[in-house]
Amino acid sequence: MGGPDIATPEFVTARQRLETKPKSAGDKLTSLDDAAARVRDGDTVAVGGCLFSRTPLAVVRELLRHRRRGLTLVRNLMCTEGELMMVAGAVERVMTSWMSIGLPWGVSRIMREHVEGGRVAFEEWSHLALGLRFRSAAMGVPFVPALTMLGSDLAGTTGLKTVVDPYTGATVAAIPALFPDVAVLHVHRADRFGNCQIDGYPHMDADIARAAAAVVVTTEELVPEEETRRHPDRTAIPGFLVDALVHVPFGSFPHECYGLYEADFDHFDAYVRSIQHAGSRAVEEYLDRYVYSPPSFADYLELFGGARLAQQCRLARELTSEGASTSEGASTAPSEASPRIEGAGKARARNA
Amino acid sequence: MTAPCTPSELLAVVAARELKDDSTVFAGVGVPLLAAALAQQRHAPRLTIVIEGGIIGPQIKPGRLPISTNEMRAAHRAQMLPAITDIFLFAQRGFLDVGFMGGAQVDAHGNVNTSVLGDYARPRVRLPGSGGANDIASLCREVIIVTPHERRRFVERVDFVTSPGWLTGGHSRREAGLLFGGVRRVVTTLGLFGFDPESHRMRLEALHHAVSPEQVRDNTGFDVLMPADVATTEPPEREELELLRQLDPDRRFLG
Repeated sequence: MGGPDIATPEFVTARQRLETKPKSAGDKLTSLDDAAARVRDGDTVAVGGCLFSRTPLAVVRELLRHRRRGLTLVRNLMCTEGELMMVAGAVERVMTSWMSIGLPWGVSRIMREHVEGGRVAFEEWSHLALGLRFRSAAMGVPFVPALTMLGSDLAGTTGLKTVVDPYTGATVAAIPALFPDVAVLHVHRADRFGNCQIDGYPHMDADIARAAAAVVVTTEELVPEEETRRHPDRTAIPGFLVDALVHVPFGSFPHECYGLYEADFDHFDAYVRSIQHAGSRAVEEYLDRYVYSPPSFADYLELFGGARLAQQCRLARELTSEGASTSEGASTAPSEASPRIEGAGKARARNA
Repeated sequence: MTAPCTPSELLAVVAARELKDDSTVFAGVGVPLLAAALAQQRHAPRLTIVIEGGIIGPQIKPGRLPISTNEMRAAHRAQMLPAITDIFLFAQRGFLDVGFMGGAQVDAHGNVNTSVLGDYARPRVRLPGSGGANDIASLCREVIIVTPHERRRFVERVDFVTSPGWLTGGHSRREAGLLFGGVRRVVTTLGLFGFDPESHRMRLEALHHAVSPEQVRDNTGFDVLMPADVATTEPPEREELELLRQLDPDRRFLG
């Protein structure tokens, strides 16, 4: 390193943060309460999944219950989790590419209210640029060259800089690394040591896990170590990266989890209708009903009911099992929702 | 054979015809994805659809249209599900031929705004944002904008350049470091537009059936270059509309 007058660059301090922390291959299983406590006020939190796909809602809900403040929330497509955090006063800044729920629900009225009113800072990057910010951090380098965001007004508002290619003299964008304090992810299956496997969309999760100083994971299914060792090619995140793991079936609901349950569009419809009727007040009532009142995640799921969960599982199977052989379909998708709700009950018992 | 259709159906049909067989298209949900699926079924069986959530080669299930680029419905019978960052790196490398996009504002040089109306720091309307639009506009071999034709949408200069078209015209796109790509076409409910090769200002290429140049002038917030002789687009055929309607039986995006 340089002399005492030279500031240590961020990519070096980010590395030093990792060097000083234990990287254990041991047991990571813990409670939602403990996992959420890894996030401190003022942290930069990168949320895995994308829009209403594989959102780690069980942890988001717990962060709200812990009344976290001053967070910077980073996610390339933000959905209802961002709206809940804004109304709860948990977030002071969002870093994203896009924020709403989905095309049919129009522009987010909650986001408009908070950003236009100057209550929450909105930093907008393109998808690739935000993805490369995580990848650059995952690579441990200060920036990566890219050919996107050049010439647009996004370059100015983010302070994006360019560099001259030392080989050809061409001007390219220098996408700066982003090192979040905590990554919060939801995966399909993991063993108790935190080796994580993801079905369907990988999104940005693998890069986010490598970029962050701490990694908190919830998993739909807890599998024996033998299962991971039988299919190591499916592991997206190795256990030594993971700090806390919680077994939470339906941990993304009412958002979707690929192949397991479809997003609950009727729930989104009702949520947006209530906002159109009563604005932020409706979200405050939603927080009371779905976040603050139910003591556990299992109690939260009971508000939706087993029939609704079973229906969303069936819809997901229709979309993802078609064309697969019957036995394959049966082995990869939950046969019924009810055993999984029992699973949620077990998670509650363990967390208690 | 001319058949009556809605503005969204017209957009989807005309946009679909812009896609060639043996090519790749980066499509967003809604009318762009419907247009790509229509092209695949009608004249471009070897077209590969790519969706920004990280999806290559999906076969859209009729009646289960995706609502977002990142959900299970969008990945139905897909060939590959790469990470989002990698999907855009396919575009950066040059594998993606056409990017299909819409936008809240489009200007005379084909720049698109999906970020803010008014001042960026204190916006009058904060819009959802770029998503992948900036990357698509920067990195695809060419871009086709598909949008309803309204005066408030077609402005001389967008409030904020989310996605670069020809920037300020001339060589400005190249000078900004964008060494390839650019907007080739704008498909609207009134007609088909291109850009003058020197000034890179929007130019009328063809009018839809029964649309007059005056209607274009009245519904555009800037002077569109008008050639002396203007062609007319072929109206949607019955078969095109039937295929399209089968894809979206609930008319979620076809109106």
